[in-house]
Amino acid sequence: MLGKTANGLFWMSRYIERAENTARLVQVGLRMALTRSSSGEDEWASLLATAGATTAFFEKHDAATAMNVVDFLIRDQENASSVLACMNAARTNARLVRTAVTREVWENVNQAWMDLHTLLRQPIREADLPYVLTDIKRDGSLIRGAFDGTMLRNEVYDFARIGTFVERADNTARILDVKYYVLLPSVAFVGSTLDNIQWESILRSVSGQRSYRWVYDANYQPANIADFLILNGRMPRSLAFSYKKIVDNLKYLNGDPDSPKACQRTAQRNMNRLHGRSVADIFEYGLHEFLTEFIEDNNRLSQEIAEDFLFV
Amino acid sequence: MAGFDEMLGDNGDVRHPYRVYNSWFTDQELDHLLKKQKEAETFFRRSGITFAVYGEKEASERLIPFDILPRIISSGEWRRLAEGIEQRVVAINAFLADIYHRQEIVRAGRVPESLIRNNSAFLPWMVGFTPPKNVYTHIIGVDIVRTSENEFFVLEDNARTPSGVSYMLENRETMMQMFPTLFAVNRVRPVENYPVLLRQSLAATAPPGCDGEPTIAILTPGIHNSAYFEHSFLADQMGAELVEGTDLRVVDGRVAMRTTRGYKPIDVIYRRVDDEFLDPLTFRPESYLGVPGIMDVYRAGNITIANAPGTGIADDKAIYSYIPDIVEFYTGRKSILQNVPTRRCSEADDCKYVLEHLDELVVKEVHGSGGYGMLVGPTSSKAEREIFAEKIKANPGNYIAQPTLSLSTVPIVTEGGLAPRHVDLRPYVLVSDGVRIVPGGLTRVALKQGSLVVNSSQGGGTKDTWVLED
Repeated sequence: MLGKTANGLFWMSRYIERAENTARLVQVGLRMALTRSSSGEDEWASLLATAGATTAFFEKHDAATAMNVVDFLIRDQENASSVLACMNAARTNARLVRTAVTREVWENVNQAWMDLHTLLRQPIREADLPYVLTDIKRDGSLIRGAFDGTMLRNEVYDFARIGTFVERADNTARILDVKYYVLLPSVAFVGSTLDNIQWESILRSVSGQRSYRWVYDANYQPANIADFLILNGRMPRSLAFSYKKIVDNLKYLNGDPDSPKACQRTAQRNMNRLHGRSVADIFEYGLHEFLTEFIEDNNRLSQEIAEDFLFV
Repeated sequence: MAGFDEMLGDNGDVRHPYRVYNSWFTDQELDHLLKKQKEAETFFRRSGITFAVYGEKEASERLIPFDILPRIISSGEWRRLAEGIEQRVVAINAFLADIYHRQEIVRAGRVPESLIRNNSAFLPWMVGFTPPKNVYTHIIGVDIVRTSENEFFVLEDNARTPSGVSYMLENRETMMQMFPTLFAVNRVRPVENYPVLLRQSLAATAPPGCDGEPTIAILTPGIHNSAYFEHSFLADQMGAELVEGTDLRVVDGRVAMRTTRGYKPIDVIYRRVDDEFLDPLTFRPESYLGVPGIMDVYRAGNITIANAPGTGIADDKAIYSYIPDIVEFYTGRKSILQNVPTRRCSEADDCKYVLEHLDELVVKEVHGSGGYGMLVGPTSSKAEREIFAEKIKANPGNYIAQPTLSLSTVPIVTEGGLAPRHVDLRPYVLVSDGVRIVPGGLTRVALKQGSLVVNSSQGGGTKDTWVLED
């Protein structure tokens, strides 16, 4: 496969994943804003932090009001991580790799892009926001479904999957990092209503509130939430799950198991840090420090993949 | 100007090839057809069969309009066309081989030497070089127009990189999805094997050193090129890699593409970039669309470039007027397909005539394409003619003129029902160990009433083209 094609597949998947995660994030913000009357702006500001968009946002806007933030995260094409900008980039990459993906995958990406441009031609009205977010998530599901149902399990598939999980690991780690203080056991008012809402919002942002209950029973415990999103190997948006997939897919790509590439070694190292570890360990080490390092290592992995497979 | 209508003939009786179609058609409600027309557009958009318009925002991608009423050609008509096309492309290849070697045709006085030597489409680099299997124009699109029941003319021979074949294929695909019953009652010859034939044909011209299945790649200028859809479509359909200049480099005397496992050599490159951008070391130094050193690899016989560099001389509009002589010279037979009578402004008598009859003629730039830089006399204004007259006087060698042909019409479906519109036809021809012609081609249709300009860049649309079985 051409290095350029591998690059296109990797980034197509990353952008699709990112668009969907941003939509999910906005959904959380919306819910928080509906649930709590006070300090709404703090919540929206923390969403910007999660999306890594704080600086860019305040260059354009004075206050993090609901509709400002929503517009910036969803519609603003000058914001490279907005849903619309991500879908533009995803579609451009999909065009680049047209010859590598099935017609159904291409058509779903293209359709999502067309629909989104129609949907977002005008600023979103507050009343429409829930529908817009649902549509964006559905587009992501359709693309994923077409991919899963029609793509041959070869290197094309592997590169796309690696892109998805590198992005997902990054996004989940960011969500946790912005809210890490809510999860720390030292916080005094543990178990208050406020905390419960905060915890639930973290779970919601990864669509994990229901599955959490299946695994840990009803009560939200910060340690359990951290365990769920970091270490639980069966939670599809956790760091451990994402890294298992990355490591496996990299292994399929390398025909020679005796000489692992640099990126494989990095991925393995990142995974080892999640393996056989307890949440207590991580808390002791420092949750924030742990997540910051994780995000950096994940970025490094992304660069090494590009180098090892001659993306450019 | 009312031309010969291919569906209704001269007297309004439905012509033979359209009879089966017409009996279906008369049962259709116009509303239903208009709905189908919309459906087709949705289908094209969804498939991404669009082209970006230069200088406009990403979201403003355009469609080439598609009309759902097919253009139908009988088997007898097609046989004659195909025979004429084959004769013509064989002659064109022989002509190219000759002018880049001994120039017998010039020695014989059949084509003036100045026309070759002073022609910017003539590539001195190719002199004395023989491309693999002696094939120059691997892919040709011959533009044909019809003026009556029995008269067909070749308008031009696109011998460089004819585009539009993906529309031929997608138009058929769309029609088959939307009107499956029509294909059950009409015996339409298939076109969908074109990509397979293209692959076979290109593979047959692989360099002599290539053993086994050759590696074929399509070289595209990139995602922003207006024909990018076609490039990726063909690569996909024929199982070739789609590459850009930045994916390629010369490694150990071969042109190689950067894969995730290192550089892999290519045997045949179907390039969709112009000659001058192919190799910055040989042609335009600032070009990044091509591959530095590819011409050295070509010279050494280690890659096939399709079409060969320098083929533009054969579809030059000044050479065009000599094609009947060229056909006769190399095949020993009269040209089966007619040329449109052409006046060369480079010749004083012709030039005088052209300037006096601008309102009747179509004047074209010798090197122009895509419907740009031409004057359609009968529909032009006096001011436009005056500007053009000045241009011709300033540089007569740059212009040719042809009578305005009364192009045939085929109806299109409009809000107001059927309406006749002028059409042309571009069949696609593959040349290698033999000549392969897919029965059909791209029918382009001028959507504006009375317009004779079918180019998509000038508001033309397309139709599915049916060639019927016997």
